[in-house]
Amino acid sequence: MIELIDVHRDFQVGDTVVHALDDISLTMTRGEYVSIMGPSGSGKSTLLNVLGLLDQPSSGEYRLNQRNVTTLNDIEQATVRREQIGFVFQSFHLIPRLTAAENIELPMMLAGIAPLERQRRVRDALQRVTLTDRAEHRPDQLSGGQRQRTAIARAIIMQPSIMLADEPTGNLDRHSGMDVMEILEALNQSGIILIVVTHDQDLGERARRKIKMIDGKIVSDGP
Amino acid sequence: MSMPTADYLRFATVALRSYTTRTVLIVLAMALGVASVIALTALGEGARLYINNQFATLGTNLLIVLPGRSETTGMNPAAMMGETPRDLTLDDAEALLRSPYVRRIAPLMVGSVPISFSGREREAVVLGTTSEMQPIRRYTLAQGQFLEAGDASRSGSGCVIGSKLRDELFGPNNALGEWVRVGAWRFRVIGILAQQGQTLGMNTDEIIMIPVASAQALFNSPSLFRIFVEAKSHEVIDKTRAEVRSILTQRHQGEEDITVITQDAVLATFNKIIGALTLAIGGIAAISLIVAGILIMNVMLVAVTQRTAEIGLLKAVGAPGKQILQLFMVEALLLSLLGCVIGIIVGVVGTAILRGAFPDFPAQTPTWAYAMAVLTAVGTALLFSYIPSRRAAALNAVVALARH
Repeated sequence: MIELIDVHRDFQVGDTVVHALDDISLTMTRGEYVSIMGPSGSGKSTLLNVLGLLDQPSSGEYRLNQRNVTTLNDIEQATVRREQIGFVFQSFHLIPRLTAAENIELPMMLAGIAPLERQRRVRDALQRVTLTDRAEHRPDQLSGGQRQRTAIARAIIMQPSIMLADEPTGNLDRHSGMDVMEILEALNQSGIILIVVTHDQDLGERARRKIKMIDGKIVSDGP
Repeated sequence: MSMPTADYLRFATVALRSYTTRTVLIVLAMALGVASVIALTALGEGARLYINNQFATLGTNLLIVLPGRSETTGMNPAAMMGETPRDLTLDDAEALLRSPYVRRIAPLMVGSVPISFSGREREAVVLGTTSEMQPIRRYTLAQGQFLEAGDASRSGSGCVIGSKLRDELFGPNNALGEWVRVGAWRFRVIGILAQQGQTLGMNTDEIIMIPVASAQALFNSPSLFRIFVEAKSHEVIDKTRAEVRSILTQRHQGEEDITVITQDAVLATFNKIIGALTLAIGGIAAISLIVAGILIMNVMLVAVTQRTAEIGLLKAVGAPGKQILQLFMVEALLLSLLGCVIGIIVGVVGTAILRGAFPDFPAQTPTWAYAMAVLTAVGTALLFSYIPSRRAAALNAVVALARH
């Protein structure tokens, strides 16, 4: 469960202060499928970064599964990211020198999970994103859709409770984009909170709950 | 749970392999530094061993007695009266045999005298000594025998000549048994020294040795140049030195007007000087390792810039700053270790080639030089990679992820 309570995020730009997040309060529960839409500069990416613990609110509180995560130190926050949050980026962010399997394995390697267990879980994840036959390919040998599916496999490998997707289909053709969305939505069916940031109207409409942001404020929130 | 070392190494290895040129260049710089420490200290240590070997040919457990004191003392009656030090005599030399620590003694007189044989003449160094000089200085003979044993105060007419002198005086003809003229005296050649070459400044191939009493007559002086004393063992050298002093002081009316040099003391001085030089040479070579360390810093800084997005990703998938710092430092560590391994191989092979080319010169890397090379290489790599690695660890994840 996600709770944001009176969250502000201010950036100093020259002499002026930009309110990227202006008094945001919201709650998301298990199994929710939320899209965050809005024009660029509306603060939707900042919201995603705060939710993913990549950025810190200037004020306010972020509670994740009943725990205040705003006050955690670097190591504790990293652990929360690793265990609770999966990221899917527009530009995939795969490490080019590692194979698909190794990219998927990365969070488990950083977590110190035993190699045998890692192999087992990588196999399962590859199956889930139907990439078993591409396991030993490096990113430059994969298509865009295959890269994003690899990234999804990496995001779910630690069995997170939240999936944060930032324009997940932005670099994909329509067909592979649909594949990717179907995989993400299947994950959501199994109980994961799926949050998709996009300015693609059609994509946003797929979510059961749609949040619209303008100038750091939530202007609409509903089905 | 923390990440196993094997995974750190694997991750670093894959990263280094994907930037081949850069990796090869740094490893090369490191390897050159390590190899030069190893090769240069091998030269220094070789010089030290070379000198030690030279001393060993001089004979072991050796003490050398010189007339006169080399140290300056306070009020000295002899100095006050303007006396020169008393001569060392043959009796002084023989008196030293009273000491239970002395195995053998050999007096030595030195002079330069023209010598001739059937019209050929040249200037040669004449040594007046006794038969005991042969075991003390380990002379080997090519032909004939050494000076006859017996009463040192009796002159004799047998002489031993060096190989080069033999060649020059006699050419291809037989020398043994021939009479040569030495100054106004005549001596019969009874032995020829085996070729030995230069040892510590004296070329034994060009000398002629005659009985010490004959030399006293030839030079018209009773005064010895040196007394060589061989102690019974290495352990009693200090005691022997004290005994030699006290015997001679007693014989010189209570005045200590001689100097005793032990081979150990001279050798220790040489070792100290050359040891310091070797360390200095090694240190200069180690500076190249520090340069290589700075190179590593540069390359790691570039790597952090190039891999900013990757660092952001690592943060997103749960690597705390500390772990990212470690990942980058392991890369630097691997670079330096690889440089050490290659450098040691190159250094050892280079030293071996040097030994092959100059067999007389025992080039050999001292153990501390390996330790110094490896510690400096690894130390500078870690030191200089810390700043870039910390920069990587401190990157803002959002900013880093935006760079793609």
